[in-house]
Amino acid sequence: MSSFVLQRFFSFFATLVVTSVVVFGVLEWLPGNAAQVILGETATPESLAAMEEKLGLNQPAFSRYVEWVGGLLQGQSGMSISYDTPTAVLMMERMHVTLPLAIMAMSITILMALCLGVYAASKQNSKGDIGVMTLSQLGLALPNFWLAILLILLFAVQLQWVSAGGFPGWSEEDGGGLWAGTAALILPAIALAAVQTAILTRVTRSAVIESMSEDYVRTARAKGLSKQQVLWQHVLRNAMIPVVTVMGLQFGNLITSAIVIENVFVLPGIGRLIFQAIANRDLIVVRDVVMLLSAMVILINFFIDLLYAWIDPRLKTGTKAV
Amino acid sequence: MDCVTCSIPVCRERDKRIGLNMTPSNTKPLLSVRNLRVGLQTSHGQLEALRGVDFEMQRGDTLGLIGESGCGKSLTALAIMGLLPERATVSGSISLNGTELTQLSDEALCNMRGARMAMIFQEPMTALNPLHPIWKQIAEPLQLHQGMDLVSAKARALELLERVQLPRARERLDNYPHQLSGGQRQRVMISIALACQPDILIADEPTTALDVTVQKEVLALIRQLVAEDGMGLLLISHDLGLMRDQVERVMVMYGGAVVESAPTQDLFGRRAHPYTQGLFAARPQLGLKRGTRLQTIAGKVPEIFNWPRGCAFADRCAYVQDNCRLALPQLELVSDTAHAIDDKDADKPRRVDKHWVRCPEWQQLKAPA
Amino acid sequence: MSTPQTFQRMTQRALKHHSFVAGAAIVLLLVISATVSLFWSPYPVGDIDIPNKLAAASAQHWFGTDSLGRDIASLLLVGSQNSLLVGFIAVGIGLGLGVPLGLLASAQRGWVEEVVMRAADFTFAFPALLSAILLTAIYGPGLVVSITAIGIFNIPVFARITRGAANAVWSRDFTLAARAAGKTKWAITWEHVLPNVASVLIVQATVQFAIAILAEAALSYLGLGTQPPNPSWGRMLNEAQSQMFQAPMLAVYPGVAIALAVLGLNLMGDGLRDLLDPRLSRTR
Repeated sequence: MSSFVLQRFFSFFATLVVTSVVVFGVLEWLPGNAAQVILGETATPESLAAMEEKLGLNQPAFSRYVEWVGGLLQGQSGMSISYDTPTAVLMMERMHVTLPLAIMAMSITILMALCLGVYAASKQNSKGDIGVMTLSQLGLALPNFWLAILLILLFAVQLQWVSAGGFPGWSEEDGGGLWAGTAALILPAIALAAVQTAILTRVTRSAVIESMSEDYVRTARAKGLSKQQVLWQHVLRNAMIPVVTVMGLQFGNLITSAIVIENVFVLPGIGRLIFQAIANRDLIVVRDVVMLLSAMVILINFFIDLLYAWIDPRLKTGTKAV
Repeated sequence: MDCVTCSIPVCRERDKRIGLNMTPSNTKPLLSVRNLRVGLQTSHGQLEALRGVDFEMQRGDTLGLIGESGCGKSLTALAIMGLLPERATVSGSISLNGTELTQLSDEALCNMRGARMAMIFQEPMTALNPLHPIWKQIAEPLQLHQGMDLVSAKARALELLERVQLPRARERLDNYPHQLSGGQRQRVMISIALACQPDILIADEPTTALDVTVQKEVLALIRQLVAEDGMGLLLISHDLGLMRDQVERVMVMYGGAVVESAPTQDLFGRRAHPYTQGLFAARPQLGLKRGTRLQTIAGKVPEIFNWPRGCAFADRCAYVQDNCRLALPQLELVSDTAHAIDDKDADKPRRVDKHWVRCPEWQQLKAPA
Repeated sequence: MSTPQTFQRMTQRALKHHSFVAGAAIVLLLVISATVSLFWSPYPVGDIDIPNKLAAASAQHWFGTDSLGRDIASLLLVGSQNSLLVGFIAVGIGLGLGVPLGLLASAQRGWVEEVVMRAADFTFAFPALLSAILLTAIYGPGLVVSITAIGIFNIPVFARITRGAANAVWSRDFTLAARAAGKTKWAITWEHVLPNVASVLIVQATVQFAIAILAEAALSYLGLGTQPPNPSWGRMLNEAQSQMFQAPMLAVYPGVAIALAVLGLNLMGDGLRDLLDPRLSRTR
């Protein structure tokens, strides 16, 4: 077990490091230097010089990189140009919205997809299966931000059950509260979950079908297990391997889709932060947020790898040992 | 309708019709298959994949089923176990210890499978669940059919592994399938099959996927265990040499029907069906003169959707007559050897070993060179 | 079997396959719209007609007008050009660069394969839309930048798929036989590997085409994609959102167009998967 975990950990760590270099590097490779990009074409030479000073652009790239990474590891981060607050503070604030949103969306996805996928696979080619497949085909085709708009049209404009956007906050002093906050996140979560559910349902279905045609299923039937018993005790765990892979990939998708969805619903989350930062040409924020999001994705994939080792003993003990 | 009865004659009416004198007996067969027909729904329409298979087995019998791919031997095994795909239609009778399997509900069949009848398959590498440890897979039928708890089941699994002579059985209990070789996995499969001491064991090409060195060991193991437990063994293979060493009676299948059935010794002494004759002649022999051409059977096996109405071998047969193509030929008796009763086996019924063939022209067959 | 015969058989099978026919029909509709719009649309898309803004559907304006009085039907029609263009170029980039990389990785194995696959894996770790947003942020919004960004992310996708499929071909004995006969790796790749992986690539291409359309729509929605006055379905949705209370239908039409295009491509892709290699689609 441990060699696999160690291997994965090194991989995770290496990817993090390379990512940080790339993120840093992309922002070095700008047309013109960072100060010019931030201030734009109308900048005066004096303001440019001041900005360069502020950004420490006169120092070599490598030492700036080390400073940045060092700062991140100590929990400090750069200062946002537009907000004049440490990016860490900004990001933490915004995570209060994005994280619950992502968790809600992922929960809906996993729950719906596993149920629908297993159902469709066990009743292959029946009306139910065809229904599920058709629904998922439609779900795949919907742009999630369009679904979001349609949901707003229906629930906010027509039925007026929820507001058309915005986030009241989690604490009641700010005029929000637990219920109000959740209510504001339901439509966005559904919009985010729809496409991912469609994808995961299909993957689950095909994984279960594939599993059901394996030889060990025939052995299990020959032992006298009923179809139900075979499904629960043999098929599902094996089918989970590809499903878990896709779930990991989906998390990355979810994060990026959140950028768009938060803009549709005007939610003060990370997605909106980065979008505004781009509009304001606040490269410091952009850099730190991209690093954070990438790090989250890499971390999730690392946990997925660990999950594999738990599910599949072939990884724990290594292959063939005769 | 004909019967390919091996030892104890059962259907007296039919035997009377054929004009043979049979010794009456009261012993019910362990397994009795009568006019088994299996239809499959394919993209080419409804096809009859098994066209009336009959045979019987007693306790302790070893019966071999030989034929090429597509002749229906695996289907026969799956039909007995009730493991045919859902689209398949089964007619005829399959009776195990008096219980008619074709009439059973799904639940009842599940109770029989693994408990009263067991099957091992060709591919040991993929036949075990890669995510469960070995002991758990052996314990499964014990828990299911005998209601054992985990601890006793694990202990019994160890006994079974030792019985199948798996080296270092105690350590292997917690191993996963990928940590075992093919031969070892097949031993595990055998222990799973024998866990509940079934009445019959069906082995579908159990050693085909194994190394030659391991094949003999595994087969010897199967024979030994079957004899110890007094089970019936149905061994399916495409290997003639295997049949000679492992079973007492051989059935040859072609095109969904049994074309010849005889005690092994009799079959190896004389073949009555043109196909069987071709099979035997096609075996390469050591010591042939250089330049000798290997014998083949002209033509090729017809695809299942192209099976003719009559004998499936008609297009390749040197002795074919017009009648052969019209309908599946009847079974004819080639020889009938009654064995004298052994004093030791005084309570065993008299065995009459018959050699049947499904060919009207069998007497025309020239003896092999 | 000779090639014209197999082609005929395949076309016959294709026409019987519901998914494929439905998908292909929709895609055909898309292509026809784009082609037609090159020469004609009900109204020129630049025509602003403020007095008639936010008009409901009528005989003059089949889908009504937007907040600047532009004819929705024309915008939808011309917008299809945009979507097709994005799809073609993005997939083209992916195929053009990703497939050779995958073939290279598979043919060479060893460290070449490691490097290519690690690089591909690494790109997957970066959320694609995020990086596209980043690039458009740095280099400015616009069609070219967004197509390039989307296209770049197709490269690792195709590289992975090609390499996986190519590995399967290389492991078959006939390639070994070819090598034993003295054929070079490149000759084998070109003559044997490529034709055998083609079907996988065709299917993936339709999938990536659909993804490209969705990605461009998202970027345009955010204002980072196709810029005015070129019509884009994604941007139409953004503009429609601010008019949600006055003219809700404006938010429906462009979305239907996008969804329909993607649906058509997905159905066609599923159908192709079944037709070209049934083993790919279902169980063994």
